Amino acid sequence: MKRPHLLRLLAAAGRFLRRDKKAMAGSIILFVLLVITAFPSWFTPDDPAAEIYSPGMALSWAHPLGTTSFGQDVFSQLMAGTRQSVMIALVVGFLCTILSVAVGVTAAYSGGLVDDALSLVTDVILVIPTFPLIIVIAAYTKSASFWTIVFVLVVTGWSYGARQLRVQALSLRNRDYLLAARARGEASWYIISVELIPPMTSLIVANFLGAALYAVLAAAGLQFVGLGNVNTESWGTMLYWAQNNEALQAGLPLWALAPGIMIAVLGSALALLNYAFDEVSNPALRPVTTKRRKKAAA
Amino acid sequence: MRFLVRRLGFLLVALWAALTVNFFIPRLMPGNPAEAILAQFHGRLNPAALKAIEVALGIGGHQNLLTAYLRNTLTGNFGISFSQGNDTVSSVISKALPWSIGLVGISTILGFLLGTGLGAIAAWRRGGVLDNVLPPTFIIVSAFPYFWVGLLSIWFFSLTLNWFPTLGGYTATANTAFTWGFAGDVLSHAVLPAFTIVITSVGGWILTMRNNMITVVAEDYVKMARAKGLRPRRILWQYAGRNALLPNLTGFAMSLGFVISGAILVEYVFNYPGVGFLLLQAVNNEDYPLMQALFFLITVAVLVAIFISDIATALLDPRTRNNR
Repeated sequence: MKRPHLLRLLAAAGRFLRRDKKAMAGSIILFVLLVITAFPSWFTPDDPAAEIYSPGMALSWAHPLGTTSFGQDVFSQLMAGTRQSVMIALVVGFLCTILSVAVGVTAAYSGGLVDDALSLVTDVILVIPTFPLIIVIAAYTKSASFWTIVFVLVVTGWSYGARQLRVQALSLRNRDYLLAARARGEASWYIISVELIPPMTSLIVANFLGAALYAVLAAAGLQFVGLGNVNTESWGTMLYWAQNNEALQAGLPLWALAPGIMIAVLGSALALLNYAFDEVSNPALRPVTTKRRKKAAA
Repeated sequence: MRFLVRRLGFLLVALWAALTVNFFIPRLMPGNPAEAILAQFHGRLNPAALKAIEVALGIGGHQNLLTAYLRNTLTGNFGISFSQGNDTVSSVISKALPWSIGLVGISTILGFLLGTGLGAIAAWRRGGVLDNVLPPTFIIVSAFPYFWVGLLSIWFFSLTLNWFPTLGGYTATANTAFTWGFAGDVLSHAVLPAFTIVITSVGGWILTMRNNMITVVAEDYVKMARAKGLRPRRILWQYAGRNALLPNLTGFAMSLGFVISGAILVEYVFNYPGVGFLLLQAVNNEDYPLMQALFFLITVAVLVAIFISDIATALLDPRTRNNR
């Protein structure tokens, strides 16, 4: 019973990817980064932390992106840093989504005073500028660890999704099929988890991607200014060391630019998928192809 | 009127939340950093300054700590900034503020106008060159970290092409009295940071405006305007554009926080003497009174901007007045 359903889902995902070039590009990039995350040692020819090469080397076959001022291999650092950024994206995206669904759907489903209270909290967190808040919290915790960063980003990052999900759940709340479920005397948890949430899947996925993108950028910014743990391997930390050693002025632009390109690549993959999901839930946004235009003209 | 009261009430609740967060964060952190900091400054500051810091950090055996904190915050008495030559926090901030307002203010408005205009035109010529090129381009650009675009433009425009200075708000040796030469110097220092903020923020405006516009263009009244034979340019800006802009105005308020957040890192990359750079300096020097005051100030600025744009939206769009 379960298998065919899963197969159908996979087939639908395959059709979606074939039709949508943005989603295709996004998933391929994400897949490659996930492989690097899972097996970083396959991609690191040298020990990323070892300071054993001549400092400040230019590009060569042995060091495809040169070396840092400390004599580390830039390419190996880049590959080793993938894991932390991808993990932050996935974990923060996942936790934010759970929180957004819980708050947004509860607010919409319960209505009344509960809705008012939850909406107020959501809106307040939404308008408080998050990055200064993140900086202040990180400053007090001193060299934030992985889980501190995750915690701070989840606390500040769930509200946008909760607001969107609440609006959609509100519009579904009074549909006939939900009234029917209530009239049948189904329990609330059943109505919410089986009848209310499944139709919102595309918005939930879009929210996951949005939260993951936010997490990647915010974490990179935090590590760049030295508020993360500067001794771990991540793209943000690489940027921190590059900036502190004036890599640009020292003629080592790749040291400073390459981690940013990786962040941008991961971010673009998430943003492309996000946009593709937007087009699924709102067909009016889909690109106008010449074929469709001709049909419309005929 | 009821709408105004509601929005004002929300502004106050949000302000209260920001104040509370600001008050409790130093007390709730593990290892009580506040007391450790205070211990560092015993004997280095006079007792009155120490007491102001104690109140700002929320420690010590003061009675009515919360009221003292609230009174100090609301009267702008944020204490002494020990990383900036023991100047008062208020005067340190008031020196940095004009730089940020000039840079971030102008480039935010520029990005908004440019993005809204481009987005409207892209949607108007559905399937045209702009419509096909802009969305994917800016989806990708929106995923670039602000500060990294800053690094890239320093490397390219400043170090490689030598067109603009790399760092700071003005040449350090320049005479800061107002002359046309000094104004030009300030301007040339502002070009790259402004460019960075505009490039990274414009994509959001383009996408939202385009998406709003696509919905609006399909409405009957736009068809009616077309049927009447009005000039396309007039329909674009005075019929469709005006209404598509309304949701974007709310979006403008919402994303203001993001722009300011991004600007903090841009100021840091360029060593631009604004509020964001000051905040990070305060963090690096563990100058907690300055840090708290800056966080409070940035929050208030964003909240007030949101309030103003809410009011503007309500004035321009009667439908929103009855909603919630």
